[in-house]
Amino acid sequence: MTADNLGGWPDPQPRMGFFTDTSVCIGCKACEVACKEWNAVPDDGFELLGHSYDNTGGLSANSWRHVAFIEQPVPTDVLAEAEAGPGDMRWLMMSNVCKHCTHAGCLDVCPTGSLFRTEFGTVVVQEDICNGCGYCIPACPYGVIDQRKDDGRAWKCTLCYDRVGDGLTPACAQACPTRSIQFGEVGELRERAAARVEALHGQGVGEARLYGHDPDDGVGGNGAFFLLLDEPEVYGLPPDPIVPTRDLPAMWRRAGLAGLAMAAAVVVSFLGGRP
Amino acid sequence: MKERAMVPEADFRSYYGRPVVRPPVWRHDIAAYLFTGGLAAGSALLAAGGDATGRPALRRAGRTTALGALIASTYFLINDLGRPSRFHHMLRVAKPTSPMSTGTWILSAFGGAAGAAAVAEAAPLLPGPLRRPVTVLGTAGQYGAAALAPALATYTAVLLADTATPSWHAAYPDLPLIFAGSALASGAGVGLIAAPPAQTGPARRMAVLGAALELYGAHRVETSKGILSEPYTTGRAGRLLRAGRTLTALGVAGALLGRRSRVVSALSGASLLAAALATRFGIFDGGVASAKDPRYTIVPQRERLAGSSG
Amino acid sequence: MAEAHPVGFQYVVEAKNRGATVIHIDPRFTRTSALAHTYVPMRAGADIAFLGGVVNYILSNEKDFREYVVAYTNASMIVGEGFRDTEDLDGLFSGYDPELNVYDQSSWQYEGQSDEGQQEGEAHADRETASGLEQESHGPPVPADVPRDPTLRHPRCVYQILKRHYARYTPEMVERVCGVPPEKFLEVCAAWTRNSGRERTTALVYSVGWTQHSVGVQYIRTGAIIQLLLGNMGRPGGGVMALRGHASIQGSTDIPTLFNLLPGYLPMPHHRQHETFRQWVDAIRHPEQKGFWANAEAYAVSLLKAYFGDAATEQNDWGYGWLPRLTGDHGTYQQVLDMIDGKIKGYFLLGQNPAVGSAHGRAQRLGMANLDWLVVRDLFAIESATFWKDGPEVATGEIVPEQCRTEVFLMPAASHAEKEGTFTQTQRLLQWREKALDPPGDCRSELWFFHHLGRLVRERLAGSTLPRDQAVLRLNWPDEEPSGEDVLREINGYDVATGAALSNFTDLAADGTTACGCWIYSGVFKDGVNQAARRKPGAEQDWVAREWGWAWPSDRRTLYNRASADPEGRPWSERKKYVWWDPAAGEWTGYDVPDFEKTKPPSYRPPEGASGVEAIAGDDAFIMQGDGKGWLYAPSGLIDGPMPTHYEPAESPIGNPLYGQGANPARKRYDRDDNPLNPASPVYPYVFSTSRLTEHHTAGGMSRQLAYLSELQPEMFVEVSPALAAERGLEHHGWAHVITSRAAIEARVLVTDRLRPLRVDGRVIHQIWMPYHWGSSGLVTGDSANDLIGIVLDPNVLIQESKVGTCDIRPGRRPAGADLLAYVEDYRRRAEGHDG
Ligand SMILES: Nc1nc2c(c(=O)[nH]1)N[C@H]1C(S)=C(S)[C@@H](COP(=O)(O)OP(=O)(O)OC[C@H]3O[C@@H](n4cnc5c(=O)[nH]c(N)nc54)[C@H](O)[C@@H]3O)O[C@H]1N2
Ligand SMILES: Nc1nc2c(c(=O)[nH]1)N[C@H]1C(S)=C(S)[C@@H](COP(=O)(O)OP(=O)(O)OC[C@H]3O[C@@H](n4cnc5c(=O)[nH]c(N)nc54)[C@H](O)[C@@H]3O)O[C@H]1N2
Ligand code: SF4
Ligand code: SF4
Ligand code: SF4
Ligand code: SF4
Ligand code: SF4
Ligand SMILES: [Mo]
Repeated sequence: MTADNLGGWPDPQPRMGFFTDTSVCIGCKACEVACKEWNAVPDDGFELLGHSYDNTGGLSANSWRHVAFIEQPVPTDVLAEAEAGPGDMRWLMMSNVCKHCTHAGCLDVCPTGSLFRTEFGTVVVQEDICNGCGYCIPACPYGVIDQRKDDGRAWKCTLCYDRVGDGLTPACAQACPTRSIQFGEVGELRERAAARVEALHGQGVGEARLYGHDPDDGVGGNGAFFLLLDEPEVYGLPPDPIVPTRDLPAMWRRAGLAGLAMAAAVVVSFLGGRP
Repeated sequence: MKERAMVPEADFRSYYGRPVVRPPVWRHDIAAYLFTGGLAAGSALLAAGGDATGRPALRRAGRTTALGALIASTYFLINDLGRPSRFHHMLRVAKPTSPMSTGTWILSAFGGAAGAAAVAEAAPLLPGPLRRPVTVLGTAGQYGAAALAPALATYTAVLLADTATPSWHAAYPDLPLIFAGSALASGAGVGLIAAPPAQTGPARRMAVLGAALELYGAHRVETSKGILSEPYTTGRAGRLLRAGRTLTALGVAGALLGRRSRVVSALSGASLLAAALATRFGIFDGGVASAKDPRYTIVPQRERLAGSSG
Repeated sequence: MAEAHPVGFQYVVEAKNRGATVIHIDPRFTRTSALAHTYVPMRAGADIAFLGGVVNYILSNEKDFREYVVAYTNASMIVGEGFRDTEDLDGLFSGYDPELNVYDQSSWQYEGQSDEGQQEGEAHADRETASGLEQESHGPPVPADVPRDPTLRHPRCVYQILKRHYARYTPEMVERVCGVPPEKFLEVCAAWTRNSGRERTTALVYSVGWTQHSVGVQYIRTGAIIQLLLGNMGRPGGGVMALRGHASIQGSTDIPTLFNLLPGYLPMPHHRQHETFRQWVDAIRHPEQKGFWANAEAYAVSLLKAYFGDAATEQNDWGYGWLPRLTGDHGTYQQVLDMIDGKIKGYFLLGQNPAVGSAHGRAQRLGMANLDWLVVRDLFAIESATFWKDGPEVATGEIVPEQCRTEVFLMPAASHAEKEGTFTQTQRLLQWREKALDPPGDCRSELWFFHHLGRLVRERLAGSTLPRDQAVLRLNWPDEEPSGEDVLREINGYDVATGAALSNFTDLAADGTTACGCWIYSGVFKDGVNQAARRKPGAEQDWVAREWGWAWPSDRRTLYNRASADPEGRPWSERKKYVWWDPAAGEWTGYDVPDFEKTKPPSYRPPEGASGVEAIAGDDAFIMQGDGKGWLYAPSGLIDGPMPTHYEPAESPIGNPLYGQGANPARKRYDRDDNPLNPASPVYPYVFSTSRLTEHHTAGGMSRQLAYLSELQPEMFVEVSPALAAERGLEHHGWAHVITSRAAIEARVLVTDRLRPLRVDGRVIHQIWMPYHWGSSGLVTGDSANDLIGIVLDPNVLIQESKVGTCDIRPGRRPAGADLLAYVEDYRRRAEGHDG
């Protein structure tokens, strides 16, 4: 299986994905709205969260893009600061999405085949096959895929499978005004991302780093990866995710061992002397 | 590069304290299923052992409980599906990377076997020519079910562990021991309740061995996973697991000391069953709690990174 | 900009990626600040002090682009002896009349012109009718030959006056008034000046954070002065650009929805100032003056021909008598007060939601509740159509639905995607849009509505001989419903005899042979082709992209682009080459349509006594101005002073650190019991500002009705700094209410470091910020920020001061019902007690 034909398709396409450059995100949420418009995703309720300008909260069955807002003020006495002149602060914004993992936990564990790997190397739920077993949900190391309360099925970003199949750009990337969301061939995006980090480092933005770009990480790299300006967990991302199924052989071995122990215990119990 | 000043770190940073991984959407149906699955497995083993060693009461109780528990399992499983009408979609594929797929096939195979075994118990009620083939089929089913029982009892441990739910995943080496032990104890419990003291010897030994496995596994889970052990020792999960341990101890004590009393035997059997139930709910809840608090996702991963980068 | 113009902001991001420095100056840290290199927090309402500081920096460090300044601005013009500056008169210019609160502008004039200035009576009428705006676009009356000192040393030359006026705007003063530390201020000065001159230009982009002030026009003037001093006007990459609001706001002043203008910035006639056609036309063209307004008669006659067709003849002054006349202030705020007073009976609201969007929401709603009828054409049932049953006054008992006399007709409107037409954006570019889909149900376009309304009204009036009906009856009204392109053709203008489309406003004639709906748009249908519909991709043409859309006037992309060449007609630099004189060909050429007579050489000097276009010299780059120069100093045309100077907002917790005069003395006030203003009082100790969220649109009619937008910002909230939260006991995510002398409104609290207290004039000033998008109907509802705001306006254009006011904030929800009125009243009483 080559990196570009994860699904073992007879006619594979280049692997497609996103490079989301959070250093140019302006938090306009056009991506969130465009995704909902195109995919007819229901609204997620009208609740003020008080999490800066984020009233979506996170990715969910009803939000396949989520823009995080993080205010990082200087922790000093503000009145004293008014004397001294106000200091610096940062307001980080980041549009999160399904990572379309090379080794996708959700896909691995799906018992129905509803989740599948497309010819573009993306991970998609087939809504007519999903039976709502919910297994994919805890299996995602990023907390992305989610069950919709009213219909019980699992939903997440499809990387606009229908659009990409027609040669179009996914709705969120199309709507993004600042090109924070860049869509393209994963290999090419990785090069672009590396160049961008270098450029930012050159401009003195030393905190710029890539996340999810590395094919050697715990999920074999993401089809949708990011440029971040702080540690991943600040954005709600796991710092070192691992696809659960990486340990599956070991798990079965342990289960086998326990099973043997169980069988042995029964044999011993029944043959171990007559009361 | 200049270090940017920011909010002082507590012990870890997260996004408004929101979970990083998503807690399982499974409700307690699944915890109950863990118990009934184990019960079915333990009962099937009890039935086979009883039959093989000429203890019909154990056979009968084991066979019927196995089927009963299996039916309950299926109910819980289907009830928990977001789309119950699509249960059969599980049977469209066999997917080795999905413990749930594997488990479904184990459960189905076990179900057929255990069903045949249980139906055979009704053989005496059948018309003459049918009795013999049904009995033979029942015996075959009984041993088939027994052969599958360890898989049925332990695959659920893999089912839980093969997730990003921190405390489940971290516990993958030990969960199967707990589940296997707990299934044995459950089977033993059934035997203790259903059979006359004369036939319960193996059940008592099963109880002791099962309890040992279970307690060992639980001890490992509660002590060797660093901060990921915490969810199993605190909150509701902690209370359930502690209750499970006490009930197991009581059950084992009863099984060993109450040899001659049918009532004490039955009580200790019930205690073992309750223990198995509490343990499964405890493990289930511990995992859910670990997913809800971002600390359990972030801190171990940070430690891992720190460890690998020196 | 990132908040309200996210799509435009992509170019800022692009520039930043290419190495540009981005500085954001704003009272609060916004999504724009987040992407800026430097964020400069400052006090709302204090920008003139800041910009004046920049002017001072430029002049005292001689950072101005001297050759440009001498050639193209009025820096060298000598001002009359009578002029007195605010520096001499403690915050007033000479000529102030404390009775009418306006200036007699005679003393502001250039040397020897003092009889040209407006007398205070005229100035008063100008303020009432907001004709300051017209004056500026016309080039106010200024004769051609003014004494000059090109060495800029004469003590009364504009340059020296400017220098003296801004000398006090030192970095220390900027800090004292704005709360901006000197290092940050100087960083801005250095960046701006470094990026201007021969080789570089800087564009100034502003929006309503600068306009909605009682000194709004002077804010922009200060920006324009800096741009002129640095040589950033008429050159590529320069200019002063307003980021517009509603998609065709520029279009709505060109073909105006304003009460005081006719298409193409022709003034709406005033009953006393413009009794006759001749008075009206001469007021526009100023016979002795130079510049292109000299041809105003052709524009005016062609407009009347378009309105009245064959009925407009030379004998009847082209139907001038049928035009309505202004009698005073008919601005939107005066009208609302007139409604309250029962002077207005019926009202049309099209694409506007004043119940939420206009200052003093209570006055807006009480006014509309006192009409006989109200027609609302909108996409949704907005608050301005439902106020009588769900507005806040229903809760307080001031409006009783069963008794409210207003009959409301809600007419469903087609949205912009459901009809064809043009948008005109800030660059004056007209872009044609196709209709994407049919409107749902009974929704109809404005064109349909007005065509049929006009038809029906004319049918009702048929045969009437009443004078007041004649205008409507004589209108050149088609029987068939016109298409969008038919309208554009009419606007472009045509030859009356042949019907052929005109190709430029220079084709217009004053003899009735041409008709033209808006002279500046003439050429948009050149050759019978819809030029606004041109869409050649940028990659397929040069960087000026002249084959995309169509820009007025004459498809000119940059106004006054003669200034992109030096006085001799050579590009200032190779890098900034744009339009230049080609001596071989004997004509102006370049990337854009030259904003100059094509064959008039740089060396041309007008003959003695010339006027109009003939009087424009070869180096008079600002061809619409009466003296051909860019104005650093405005000898006339502005109601409130020839040079911007810092005044405090009408409501301010501090006195003016610069002068005894606090607020703009000429601001437009409506002193009435139902329009109280907060006195300076510790009862209202805080400064508040209101503006937009990316997630919502203006009064919310188009966003609070949509689930996908409503969920993104579901509740009205107020932002406060942690320090203020501590001072007032406000809890993050809890409730608070904000109180002014008009109202108290409640909102959820966001405690955020994005707002910070400032040290201003020796004390700590807390600022509060609120979005203004909420009202009582829609998927998400909430109190309206505009209920807090009183009516006080800029004197030149009558825009409301909605960017700054004073208030108090308290934890918890506000009182409800009649208690609310008592609560607000109690605050008012306490504030009056403290007054003085
Ligand atoms: N998403 C969205 N986009 C919009 C609109 C919308 O409602 N929503 N509305 C459209 C319309 S109609 C318009 S007019 C434009 C307006 O566009 P903008 O003018 O950009 O919008 P505002 O948010 O009202 O104000 C801009 C900034 O001015 C700041 N400000 C307030 N007072 C002062 C001051 O005294 N000095 C300085 N320097 N800054 C000040 C505010 O804090 C605010 O950040 O946006 C248009 N675009
Ligand atoms: N406090 C405070 N107040 C402000 C401002 C501020 O910054 N602070 N900003 C001011 C500014 S800049 C503006 S522009 C105003 C905006 O204030 P308004 O213009 O009063 O508010 P909108 O919500 O934009 O109203 C436009 C209405 O037009 C409807 N509409 C849309 N398309 C069409 C159409 O094609 N035909 C018809 N008939 N209707 C249509 C929409 O549904 C909407 O209800 O608010 C001003 N008020
Ligand atoms: S991020 Fe989660 S949901 Fe997306 S592909 Fe990876 S495992 Fe699946
Ligand atoms: S919920 Fe649907 S998509 Fe997820 S694992 Fe189950 S069947 Fe697959
Ligand atoms: S790729 Fe498509 S489905 Fe995925 S977030 Fe973007 S718009 Fe939504
Ligand atoms: S559309 Fe682009 S800029 Fe806007 S929030 Fe999404 S990623 Fe950020
Ligand atoms: S709403 Fe339209 S005009 Fe405004 S920024 Fe977005 S695309 Fe541009
Ligand atoms: Mo606006």
